[in-house]
Formats: sequence, C-alpha cells, structure tokens
Amino acid sequence: MARYWPQYLAISPYYLIFSVFMLFPVIYTVYLSFQKWDGIGDMQFVGFQQFRYLWDDPVFWLSVRNTLVIWVLSTVPMLFLALVLAVLVNSTRRFTALYRVALFIPSITSLVAIAIFFGAIFSNNFGLINAILKGLHLGAVPWMSNEWTIKLVIAALMTWQWTGYNAIIYLAGLQAIPSELYEAARMDGAGPVRIFFSITIPLLRPIILFTVVISTVTGLQSFTEPQVLFGSDAATNPNSGGPGQAGLTTLLYFYHQAFDNNDFGYAAAIVWAFFLLILLIVLINWRLVQRKERRP
Amino acid sequence: MNALNRKRVRGLSVHLILMLGVLISVFPFYWIIVMATNTSQDIYRFPPKLWVGSNLLTNLQHLFDKMDFFGSLLNTVIVAVCTTLLVLFFDSLAAFAFAKYDFPAKKFLFGLLLSMYILPTQLAIIPQYEIMVQLGWLGTLKALVVPAAANAFGIFWMRQYTSTGVPDELLDAARIEGAGFFRLYWHVVLPCVRPALAFLGIYTFITAWNDYILPLVMLVNPDRLTLQVALAQLYAGHSTDYSMVMSGVLLAVIPLVLVFTFFARGFIADATKGALQ
Repeated sequence: MARYWPQYLAISPYYLIFSVFMLFPVIYTVYLSFQKWDGIGDMQFVGFQQFRYLWDDPVFWLSVRNTLVIWVLSTVPMLFLALVLAVLVNSTRRFTALYRVALFIPSITSLVAIAIFFGAIFSNNFGLINAILKGLHLGAVPWMSNEWTIKLVIAALMTWQWTGYNAIIYLAGLQAIPSELYEAARMDGAGPVRIFFSITIPLLRPIILFTVVISTVTGLQSFTEPQVLFGSDAATNPNSGGPGQAGLTTLLYFYHQAFDNNDFGYAAAIVWAFFLLILLIVLINWRLVQRKERRP
Repeated sequence: MNALNRKRVRGLSVHLILMLGVLISVFPFYWIIVMATNTSQDIYRFPPKLWVGSNLLTNLQHLFDKMDFFGSLLNTVIVAVCTTLLVLFFDSLAAFAFAKYDFPAKKFLFGLLLSMYILPTQLAIIPQYEIMVQLGWLGTLKALVVPAAANAFGIFWMRQYTSTGVPDELLDAARIEGAGFFRLYWHVVLPCVRPALAFLGIYTFITAWNDYILPLVMLVNPDRLTLQVALAQLYAGHSTDYSMVMSGVLLAVIPLVLVFTFFARGFIADATKGALQ
C-alpha cells in the first residue's frame, strides 16, 4: 500500500472536497427530510410527515406541473429545430465556421443576463415585443402576467439558449456518418426523406438519446429563469414565481422553502422527491428511445 | 442547366434559413447594446430606436451609482480565476494517476466519481450552507471556490486525454532517469496535456463566471456579491430603468462572448467531443 502513496495523494483533493461538500451533504439531506428544522433551533424527528404534507401540498404539485409544462414547451421545439439546423449546416460547405460559432454562443452566455434581456423585451408595458405588436395594430399581450404566456416566455428563453448547442452536437454526429452509406442509398433510388428516416435518424440515435437525457436533466432543473424574471415582487412574497405562481418551478419552490421560509426539513423533502421524479422521467425517456431502436 | 439552377436555389434557401438562425442567436447581444447605449425613454417610445445611441456613459454613470460594479467584477474574477486554477491542477493530477497507474480500489473510486456526476448540486445545497456557517465561510468567496474545485467532469476529461496524449515511452524514459510521480507530472505530463487543459480552463472559467445559485445562497453579505447576483438584484430593484441595467449586462456579457469567439473553434470541437464520449 505504501508505494501507492503518490497516486492516492494525487486523487485525494477531489475526494476530500467531494466528500465534505457533496457526498456528506447529499446524505445529510436525506436525514434532514425526516426532521423539522428552521436552521437555528433543535431538530425534531417527524418521520414521513414532511412527505405526507408534500403529497397534500397543492403548491408543490402546481410547481411540478409548471416545471413539466415548461420542460415540454422548451425541449420539443429545441431538439426538433436543432436537428433541422444540424442537417442544414451539414448539407453545405460555406460559412460553416460562422454558423457553428453563432449557434454555440447562446449556450455560453450567462443565464442571468439572458433572463434580464427576456424580461426587458417581454415587459408588458415597455417591451420590444409588445411595441412591435402594437405597431402591427395587434393588441399587446400581457406576457409577464398571464398563466400561459409566463411559461411560454421561460420556455422560449430555454429554447433560445440550448437549440444551437444541441445542433452542434447533432452536427458532430452527422459528420461521423460515412458518406458511402448515403451514396449507396442514393444509388438504390432513395429520396432525401427516405434517406433521412432510414439512415440519418437510426445512426444518430445514441446522440439523440444523449441530448434527450441532458435536456431532461437540465430542463427540469429550471430555477434561474423564473427566479430572476419574477424576483421583483420580493417584498411581500419573495420567489413566488410571478403572477398566479405560474413560473414557480419545483426548484424555485425548494429555494423559497429553504432560504425564505427557513423550513429546511420540508425543503429537503421537496428536493429529494423532485430528484426521484427526474430520475423516473429520464428512465422513461431512455426506455422510449431504446425501444424504437429494437423495432426496425 | 435547369438542374443546376434548382441546386443553386436550394443552396441559397439553406443559407437563408441558417442566416435566420444566426440572426436569432445573436439578436439579444445586439439589442443589449442598443438598450445600453440609448435612454430608456428612447426604447419605450414607439417606434423604438433600433440603432446604437450615444447614452452609454450616462447609463454607466447611473449603474455605478446604483451598484458597486467594480467590486462585484473583482469578486467574480477572483472566484473564476481561483476555481479554474484549482480545477486544472487537481484534475490533471488526479487524471494522471487514473490514466497511467494501477492502485488498489482504483476502479471503485473512478466508478464512484462517474456515478456522482449525475447528482444535482441542489441536493447538497442546504447542508453546504450549514457547513459554511460552521466554518465561518458564509459571505466569503471561499464558500464559492472550494466546493467548485471538485470537478468530476474535469477528471474524466483529463483522464481520456492523458491516457492517449501522454506517450508511455516518454514516461518510461523519464523514470529511468529517476523521476518520481510528481516530477513526471510536472515535467512530462503537463506539457503534453496542454490542449486538454485549455478547453477545461475556458469551460471552468465560463461556468464559474456564470454561476448563480451558489453565490445567491452563500453571499449573504450584500457588499460581497458576484456580478450575476448583483445584476439580478439590480434588475429586481429597478426593473424599469432597462438602459441602466443593460449597460451592466453589456459589461458582464460582452467580454466573455469576445473571449469565447476568439477561442471558439477549438473550444466547440472539444465541447462536442466531451459530449460524444
């Protein structure tokens, strides 16, 4: 054992920091979810009471519904548009460097900056979007106060930020497909649509699976978007997710319970329940995409 | 001739659609510049001003009156630089051990690292907050840098590169001359893995620069904010003076975009490689 000390020393910083600031906290969060605790006083063991309360908490279910709606509204157009863009970039040889850089830039941009930007252009009274609508003699839309448009704005933000990233990933996958396959298919008389569904999609499947999993995990964790967009009614009810709590995602609800209400035990129950829900959805997605693979 | 024309039209429409995509991608940056350089009145007016104005300095003056911009900027730079340096050092060192050596429990430890990669940070954040309270780190930049220094992706990424990018012959030759683990790391491995470090460095820097939830939770003392938190609070507090807020967003976003554009080619290639692994 002694002769391995340099190797153990080399990997120890990671495992030390990881154990103290990640592993222990994650396990402790499980413990916390069975306690009642305000962060200062004594903890009180309450068993499954937090989870029972969670089950009957309409706000928790509202937040889950919001999160799922926003996730679907963003992920479906995002992955579809990404595939279209990737196929188009792949079909041409000019300006490809420009396309890659321009499409990738949104994904490295700070979410806070972009949330502020979306808040500004979708503002009910002063926003660019409503100014254009008025200019076209269409009515202004109360984007930031209607239950559905709030979700649309958040979903549009996520779509804007991640479509190009996914397109670049798809593009890398497309370029790995050997061109002989396409030539052979063309020789057999297959049209572009047939080629797309019989060659491109099946060969791209592992990468599509990757993007579906990543978009599910990140999409369901939306927090910064509604937190920044609707932070302004903070005085009375901070982090409530905007009018009608339409932008209250589950992580925002978790944050609200933990750091506004100091209800740490309940917040721990929320975040664990939610993590299990994410796992379940990822597994379902995984099975769906895998099953299609077996069919043809 | 006809077929050639049709091909040309198809090629042109492909570029038209792609250019539309490019336009949508970069429009926010253009509009941030427009808002930051005009007065708020000019933007609220109908039709709004669509071109760069001359009011940037006044907007910045208002911004600097409302928030300690350079204090926040300095905090952000310190956090991003320290996090990046620690991640580069720790991860390349650990990756060398994982890539080129066998030691007991190596498989288990690496598997643990990979499986923990999927745990979202929010699961840990309440106890993390309590730990920082106990350590007396709450409100300090240490509370942001130290947890971020453990980066599983970085070790995974560096290990991939080290196993193929560092020739075993080179290591053996240095060993014959009596070099131990750490001398090998410093004199042989580090020079070889520089391209992989470049990507990991830029990636870590961008991520640390843009991080929001951790500074939001940990920086409870209002005069030690990072840029992202400071801007979000400014937006929440003065939501109608968009020009002022946007001048701050401009200063926080454009440098990063410019640096990225400069390194973009290699960065994008590496980022997709990371995703396809």
